[in-house]
Amino acid sequence: MKKYDTPLIDELEKGPWPSFVTEMKKAGKNNEMANDAVGHLEKCYRTKVGYWKHGGIVGVLGYGGGVIGRYSELGDEFPGVAHCHTVRINQTSGFFYTSNALREICDIWDKYGSGLTNMHGSTGDLVLLGTKTDALETIFAEYSSRGWDLGSSGSALRTPNCCVGPARCEWSNYDTLDLNYALTQEFQDEIHRPMFAYKFKIKMSGCACDCVASIARADMSIIGTWKGNIAVNQDEVKNYAKNGMDINAEIVNMCPTQCISYDGKEMKINDAECNRCMHCITKMTKALKPTGERGATICIGSKAPIVVGSLLSWVIVPFIKIEPPYTELKDLIRKIWEWWDDNAKPRERIGEVIEMKGMRSFLEGIGQSPIPQQIKEPRKDPFMFYTEDDMAAFKAKEAEEKKTGKYKF
Amino acid sequence: MALPQRKTDIGPPHYKQFLPPVIQKNYGKWKYHEVLSHGVMVHVGESGDKLWTVRVASPRLLSTATIREHCDVAEKFCGGFFRYTTRNNVEFLVSDEKQLEPLKKDLTARGFKMGGIGAAITNVVHTQGWVHCHSAATDASGLVKSIMDELMEYFESKTLPNKVRLAVACCVNMCGAVHCSDIAVVAVHTKVPTVKHELFKNMCELPTVIGSCPTRAISPDPANKSVKINAEKCMYCGNCFTVCPPISIKDPERDGVAILVGGKINSLRSNPKFSKLVIPFISNEPPRWPKAVAAIKHIVEVYAANARKHERVGEWIERIGWERFFSLTGIDFTFQCIDDFTFMRDTMRTSSTFKW
Ligand code: SF4
Ligand code: SF4
Repeated sequence: MKKYDTPLIDELEKGPWPSFVTEMKKAGKNNEMANDAVGHLEKCYRTKVGYWKHGGIVGVLGYGGGVIGRYSELGDEFPGVAHCHTVRINQTSGFFYTSNALREICDIWDKYGSGLTNMHGSTGDLVLLGTKTDALETIFAEYSSRGWDLGSSGSALRTPNCCVGPARCEWSNYDTLDLNYALTQEFQDEIHRPMFAYKFKIKMSGCACDCVASIARADMSIIGTWKGNIAVNQDEVKNYAKNGMDINAEIVNMCPTQCISYDGKEMKINDAECNRCMHCITKMTKALKPTGERGATICIGSKAPIVVGSLLSWVIVPFIKIEPPYTELKDLIRKIWEWWDDNAKPRERIGEVIEMKGMRSFLEGIGQSPIPQQIKEPRKDPFMFYTEDDMAAFKAKEAEEKKTGKYKF
Repeated sequence: MALPQRKTDIGPPHYKQFLPPVIQKNYGKWKYHEVLSHGVMVHVGESGDKLWTVRVASPRLLSTATIREHCDVAEKFCGGFFRYTTRNNVEFLVSDEKQLEPLKKDLTARGFKMGGIGAAITNVVHTQGWVHCHSAATDASGLVKSIMDELMEYFESKTLPNKVRLAVACCVNMCGAVHCSDIAVVAVHTKVPTVKHELFKNMCELPTVIGSCPTRAISPDPANKSVKINAEKCMYCGNCFTVCPPISIKDPERDGVAILVGGKINSLRSNPKFSKLVIPFISNEPPRWPKAVAAIKHIVEVYAANARKHERVGEWIERIGWERFFSLTGIDFTFQCIDDFTFMRDTMRTSSTFKW
């Protein structure tokens, strides 16, 4: 194998933080692709540009996604990375693994790929970096025969992803791992055969801490929440105070709804005014815990800035029960896709389409009624649509008022 | 050798087989957890069972050799069970307290770095950069390595008012929640793309290319059977080059990074927020990006010195006001900080109640 002189990226092997260059070199010791990737990267550092080309249709038979075609402009200079496709493997719920499973994944990848991986990609997939077109079918046969399927790419349902949830977190309001698994299984077709206008991401967090950033980067954000009170263990409150917590400064004054009071002995929460932001619970994890009905808030539409600016997801269903077999949620997802299919141009994310067509069109399309929890504030302008039905309803209400002599707003 | 029989649409393996026994037993029945140090936390179940998590940094880009080393550690101390986090840390899970110190010792001996839990800086969400991405305007892994070498103390030990979430995106596509981070680096192009007219008609579709431009800067150029780009309207997003390879936007001297601050994704205390632009341009300076690293460290230090306990960067800035953020940090306020894109009307000030 050609040995590359890499003075620039060698600098990135120094210092305390683990070095990706060391990883590339480790893989490059007995792998031509990884070795050429090292030389290739040094050239990027020397010239201050990248040389990767997008594209080409590559994949495995019967799937439209899961493999991302990648080629180098410098194929002659670095033949090992002339093609260097990415294979996305559908990760496990919550990124839990056993050593046996990962060793198997590594063995196959060493045999047919670059020996380089991402644990994990931004969407969630276990990402294998760099292989050649003619190895793809073999790789897929090897992985799928051992129970590993491809993830997703292109205009498809992207591999759903969830937080660690009830496996190791006391705050999860529903079983994020199970829902993630169930939705991934239910929508195999939508994951593997791109059929949408653009990508669609579903991310599941068990609470408002939102450990998978669903509010910012999922077309559908499923965020756990509860309807009920926060139970206060007064003995533990005393312990926090005794151990030096300034309860007034750190908890009472930081509660966004100002619904907590503390008189130096007892903590009281006016639960009706609590907006379930999680601050007090995460700071006094031994003393406070939610009680009552558990479920999730469904939000829609977030995405990164390209093309017309970033969006955060909007609340569409303030509360939904999340229990197997998740029929209500699955039906809702299908209705959302149907509306999107009917209204999107190519490469339009659902948030952008809602912005174009209006939230009313969307909510009506999926059969949701308007409710104040969906908005931060009502509109500021008086330029509204009135349908014939709206007017008929207003008129009927007024007729009723005339009859009864009582106003109904 | 014959290939094994391929199967399709089987989905991922069921997660349950990867959960250690202590998790199977206490699933959904955790009572509370405590952060014991920057690298260790313990979860306590209603049953009284305990589960210690030891978090270790990874460079995200991992060789199979290192993954096998993770496996070795997990087999030695954790019954073979471990997990990764959404921010690319590795977590070793032990249910027997006697294993905890030996595990930590072993990790240290192997050179793994423990940390990133609590009011700290944990691993950096980032994209592929020059290592593997076609639209990269910088290298993400190199930036992350350079930043974290400098901020290591905040990963391992030094406490901040609250978590500081860092992110690096190698282009304005921003794969991965970069746009809602406490401090985000995003690579930018700063020049109007060039078009290789002679290749255009064979490689690109006119309506797609015109449609790809969010500011309508692209129009047909019939004489060249190609397109032309209006320099006054182009803001270098690179979307056109993604759909049409003969359009080129990369420029070694004009590509660089911008820095945004004040975003968050959780709803604790205040609502999720986007990060906002404060430094519009720093030249690419591989291999170590010294100026970008210094800027980030400076912002972290000013935040640490001024924010109240539990305040995130964005909450602190909202309390003191952006004009005060610029005066405290000494960052130059430039035209780029004033929005001239989609959100302008929401971002201008509409009162005289500012600070000097
Ligand atoms: S999102 Fe909430 S439930 Fe899920 S792991 Fe984070 S804190 Fe726990
Ligand atoms: S959850 Fe948030 S809003 Fe509710 S009491 Fe606690 S701090 Fe206040």
